[in-house]
Amino acid sequence: MIRYTFYIAIALWLAILAGLKLLVRPPMPASVMMIYMTLSTLGILVFVAANEERFRHFVAPLKAVFEGRAPKAVQALVLAGIPLLLAWGAWLRTAPTWDAPYEPRVVHPEPPSGFALHGKRIETAGLKNPLRTADAATLEKHTAEGKTIYYQNCFFCHGDALAGDGHFANAFSPIPANFRDVGTISMLQESFVFWRVATGGPGLPKGATPWSSAMPVWQNLLTEEEMWKAILYIYAGSGSTPRTWEEEPKK
Amino acid sequence: MAQAITTSAFHALKGTYKGVVKISLMLAATYLVAQGLSSFLPAADYRSLFGFSNRTAVWVIAELHLMFAAFVLGVPIFAFITEIVGVATKEKRYDELAREFTKLLAMAYTLTAVLGCVLLVLFIVLYPKLTGYLSGLFKPTWLLYIVLIFGEVIVAYFYWYSWDLLQGAAKKWHLVLGLLVNLWGTALLFVADIWVTFMMSPAGIDDANNLVSLWDAINNHTWMPINIHRLLANVAFGGAIVAAYAAVRFLNAKTDEEKARFDWMGYVGSFIAIAAFIPLPFAGYWLGREIYQFSEQMGVSMMGGSFAWLWILQAMLIGGLFLASNFYLWLGMGRIPGAERYTKFQIGMMIVLTIGFIVWATPRSIIASGAEMSAMGGSHHPFLGLFGVMAAKNTAVNLMILTTFFSFMLYRRGNRIPVVAWATAGKAVQALVIAAAAVVVVGYGVYSYFVPSITRIGFSVYQVSAVLAAMALFVAIDIPLLKGASVIGAIRWGQIPARAQYALFFLAVSFTWLMGLMGYIRSGIRQYWHIYGRVMDESANAYTMSHGHATIIVSCIVVIFFLLVSVVFWLAARNDPPPGPRPAGGGDGGSAADAASMPLAAASLGRPGGSGAGGRAA
Repeated sequence: MIRYTFYIAIALWLAILAGLKLLVRPPMPASVMMIYMTLSTLGILVFVAANEERFRHFVAPLKAVFEGRAPKAVQALVLAGIPLLLAWGAWLRTAPTWDAPYEPRVVHPEPPSGFALHGKRIETAGLKNPLRTADAATLEKHTAEGKTIYYQNCFFCHGDALAGDGHFANAFSPIPANFRDVGTISMLQESFVFWRVATGGPGLPKGATPWSSAMPVWQNLLTEEEMWKAILYIYAGSGSTPRTWEEEPKK
Repeated sequence: MAQAITTSAFHALKGTYKGVVKISLMLAATYLVAQGLSSFLPAADYRSLFGFSNRTAVWVIAELHLMFAAFVLGVPIFAFITEIVGVATKEKRYDELAREFTKLLAMAYTLTAVLGCVLLVLFIVLYPKLTGYLSGLFKPTWLLYIVLIFGEVIVAYFYWYSWDLLQGAAKKWHLVLGLLVNLWGTALLFVADIWVTFMMSPAGIDDANNLVSLWDAINNHTWMPINIHRLLANVAFGGAIVAAYAAVRFLNAKTDEEKARFDWMGYVGSFIAIAAFIPLPFAGYWLGREIYQFSEQMGVSMMGGSFAWLWILQAMLIGGLFLASNFYLWLGMGRIPGAERYTKFQIGMMIVLTIGFIVWATPRSIIASGAEMSAMGGSHHPFLGLFGVMAAKNTAVNLMILTTFFSFMLYRRGNRIPVVAWATAGKAVQALVIAAAAVVVVGYGVYSYFVPSITRIGFSVYQVSAVLAAMALFVAIDIPLLKGASVIGAIRWGQIPARAQYALFFLAVSFTWLMGLMGYIRSGIRQYWHIYGRVMDESANAYTMSHGHATIIVSCIVVIFFLLVSVVFWLAARNDPPPGPRPAGGGDGGSAADAASMPLAAASLGRPGGSGAGGRAA
């Protein structure tokens, strides 16, 4: 088996490439594919080179070609194949495309230390949802009111299941946030979500631009209390809980 | 005899005295230059350096100073550990290894002090207002710092110059000196960290920025996590630099004896580097958590915001460190008779390491074209997104640590066969311990996706605890298990492929690069603040530069550092005696009994040694 190290390594590399291309859905962006294949290549090469016998068998076919001991057809194939592969790579990189340019967008913009809300300054540090009370009945009432607010305002983009798949969702790029995804609101404190709701797309920070968000500035349309109620609902409705630094209250 | 001792004592005192005079002159010159420039230059909040960016000037000098400080703090820790191992195993070669590296310190101290003095002048001249505020606030700590500098210089120079004097029965006093060097050095580090961490997470001041409590200002949110993180990193850094030095010497070695000596030295250096490197991610996680707790804004900037992509670079470097460490160990097993028994485990370990690396390097914020984003439904990929969060990354790094530990344990066992009656049961329990830790890590990793964030954060503690407990238990079984083990053959020191040495060099470069990169992130997340949220940076440089620009500066600093270190090594090597026979005691290494009587570090370093007579069963 060790005699075929070179061929096994090539086959493994191709299998990983095919697996990532064919099995991951939706398709993996080229930037991530590049990272994954680079690391897979590195892993294979390090493994091969970490043992003298493996390494010897791995380089044997290469040495045979470059020292002229391999069959002429193989030598010709390799010597022609390398420039052709490079040319193909160069073509792929330089060929004109209609694709929109790459966007180095960050998933979580950093919140400001404070922002303007209805003419007054709100400090994000220590900001908490005033309606998240320990009284279950009151909390339920606020959440139910938040649900109504959600369906009157947010539902059209964020969807019935809060999965970012509302009626208008596909008109936007990027599409609205999926609240059911563990990587969205469940990663964030309510203060962060409140800032995003209150200031919308125009409130996004200058860092990590360009931004493309169709989120309205909800403080122009809703009261502070209504926004907090809607936030209560998106957490409850999506089955997630806000990030907090305090221990969970005992149930 | 008495005459020789008196001469040695005189020599030691004279050397120490010279060191004190040197540092006194440097401090006096710094004071005079700073005072002179301050009174000569017109008053200003900021000044530029002959049109050159004041920020870049301070950045480059501060980072170089920090790297040399890490060198002069890390190498004594390395030397002290090695010296203790030498005393415990009664092997002279450890003592000589420690001595060889302590020799480098005199030159390195001078460079560190020069850089520190230049940095101080730059602070006072280029940032007079901020420096004035900070020095007023922390005046007592500045005085303490100067006292500690003198203390460190006296003890460190005396430690070096008294090496020959304090041998034999007096060796314990030399160890005490070694301990003092490290305590003093650690105290220096902790004091310097006060100013740095206060700028990140200020405390102990009122709304008008007046001091309310000096202790609160010192003991701010990030002080202790950075202290611990830097302390561990210094040990790893010291070991990596030693290993790189050995690698270069190995590649240039002309004789088998030299190769054997530097191969062994490289192994010892890399062992200490990797051992200190393993708990580093845990310390880093603690620091990250404290940053989040101090300011969510700062935390999000660091991990999810504009600095997020630098963490991918960090993941690349750290993942590379894990691969290089295992690569070195596996190649090293080629010179251990009997270690071929464990080659079969390498494929599994490489799969875990590569997948772990891939998960760790998966970006949270994916760069994608318009078409790719449309296909994904936004910048968030539903499947890859699972790997972009800390739950996945914690799981990956814990498994990589566990794998590297296992790799090292196999290396250690390479040429030994346990002979105790309970050997089979012992090995089974060890396998079970590793498997159980892996199950706990993966189990909590998967479960993390289904619980609130506060609970999820707590899981990382369980994962870390499982890995640490598994490692401790494994070693606790391993030491008696290998007691009196039969030895298949001696390690053939020096018979390792040259490419293994490049892995050692990679360790040192990566550690240094990481220090520069992480230092930039730590400092950069303050964004347009000198003191976060309190004192704004009102200079023209109060902007976050592009990652490309920042990483070029970091890379230049790393190159300058290695050029300077090469000069230190070259000067040290110039005075080396010509290559001769291997040092006494370097032949057969410690016995299994030595191994059994010592903790992991000593047992691992002392077993089995030498290219000579071969390891022996106790």
